[in-house]
Amino acid sequence: MLAMNYRGPYRVRADRNKPMPRIEHSGDAIVRVTRSCICGSDLHLYHGLVPDTRVGTTFGHEFIGVVEEIGEAVQNLKVGDNVLVPFNIACGKCVFCEQQLYGNCHESNPEATAVGGIFGYSHTAGGFDGGQAEYVRVPYADVGPMIIPEDMDHDNAVLLTDVFPTGYQAAEMGGIKPGDTVVVFGAGPVGIMAAKSAWLFGAGRVIVIDHLEYRLEFVKNYAQCEAYNFRSLEDPVLFIKKTTDWLGADVCIDAVGCEAAGDAMQTITGRKLMLQAGSATALHWAINSVKKGGIVSIVGVYGPTGNLIPIGNVVNKGITIRANQASVKRLLPRLIEHIQSGRIDPKQIITHRIPLEEVSDAYHIFSAKLDNCIKPILIPPSARK
Amino acid sequence: MMKNTEQDYSHIKGWGFDADPLDVPSYPMKKRTENDNKGMIWERPPQQPELVEVLHSNERPGLTAVFGTPNPPAGLSGKIRRFAFRYSESMIRHWLLLLLADRVNVMEGVHQDIRSGHIPDFFGELGGKAELKYNKAGLIRKVALGVLVGVVAVACLRRKNE
Repeated sequence: MLAMNYRGPYRVRADRNKPMPRIEHSGDAIVRVTRSCICGSDLHLYHGLVPDTRVGTTFGHEFIGVVEEIGEAVQNLKVGDNVLVPFNIACGKCVFCEQQLYGNCHESNPEATAVGGIFGYSHTAGGFDGGQAEYVRVPYADVGPMIIPEDMDHDNAVLLTDVFPTGYQAAEMGGIKPGDTVVVFGAGPVGIMAAKSAWLFGAGRVIVIDHLEYRLEFVKNYAQCEAYNFRSLEDPVLFIKKTTDWLGADVCIDAVGCEAAGDAMQTITGRKLMLQAGSATALHWAINSVKKGGIVSIVGVYGPTGNLIPIGNVVNKGITIRANQASVKRLLPRLIEHIQSGRIDPKQIITHRIPLEEVSDAYHIFSAKLDNCIKPILIPPSARK
Repeated sequence: MMKNTEQDYSHIKGWGFDADPLDVPSYPMKKRTENDNKGMIWERPPQQPELVEVLHSNERPGLTAVFGTPNPPAGLSGKIRRFAFRYSESMIRHWLLLLLADRVNVMEGVHQDIRSGHIPDFFGELGGKAELKYNKAGLIRKVALGVLVGVVAVACLRRKNE
């Protein structure tokens, strides 16, 4: 079958000889992919920053498709169902799934205990192949996948597998109260959805900080927020203090993670020399910009090793930090309601539709921020007929 | 000065819809059960057969009920990975060894391609076509810089030899 194939940092290709996935567990399903996205966090893999990313791996944790085959224990799905598949692989039974922490399932990733299984996200997240392919193996098919509602646009459905829930959970973890000032660091797809979601929790003011003008322009229009380029600010922390009566924002959201730009020391030690698990610039800014007693919400992806972060400021300011991979399954019912009622239309962030065969170019366009790319989706040949 | 937040939000679709935590069915709350603090006692899903080598964290016993099977450890990179898994996730050597294995694995991938008669198309795999289409000036700059670095390196080597 045709699938994306990782060959090394910045090198991927469309491989026509990838073996077809097969049922390996009675709870598995095989899904024929109809759309998959490239996620900002795929870029950390693409750039070689996530340990145990093996050559030959197929990425892709945001996908939807049609059920082609089911294991003997699967009861909730049948062949032919159109499903959206949350990026978390979760058993639904362990102590963490019981608490709806589906991103922390203890029965889907043997290689690490911090995070649960994730499709196409290196062996550190369970070693599963992802959905940037024609077919994908979906474990625990009775737990994660959800039949796409009849009236839902499939472009919206694919954005429900990660990017919208992650942005929404970022806002939710911020504990936003009506009237709060919320600052979102990063105007990538997740930052955009976090800004949009902040209004749902009653934010009084939403500010987005990034360094790419086209993304700032996009988020300003899509999320009706204020948007500032940190390259044109002398100091983003000082700017936020100044614009919040010198107190700081109520809630700061880090929607950037380990590849943040904007600080030479962090860039050199985190991104170039890899002496820490990526550049923690956005997290620094979030901790230092938030009000004393405020909340910092982190959904940006960081590596598993250590980072230089100002923990002293966290203690002295009495900040609450909340962070996690989104528990997509928990959030789906409410988010579907938001889409169906027209409160949010996530598909508007899709800027590029690229054939799966051109996956190398798709990754390069997204990674190098070419052609004003916000969110690319990959379409396999069978879905284009 | 702080912006006045006493304003009309009617232009923001859905403003405040999820403002009340008690009215948000998804609001994360710890669900206490009688199984709390009793360890790994849940009803485990059936175990996936282990048909390929699967490395597992030493911070948990055995394998999880399901796991991925593509790309099992092999070659020199596989040896480094097996060694890395002797150490817990809290040890930096665990992760640095895995990153080292990844770099070795890239070389193995090129070797494997050539051995199987596939000459890797580095330009295409790096997204060269897209670079040419959307960032021609950047591509020319990068090539010029590469040529300049090459010329300087050759000149330095020649000078050293003389």
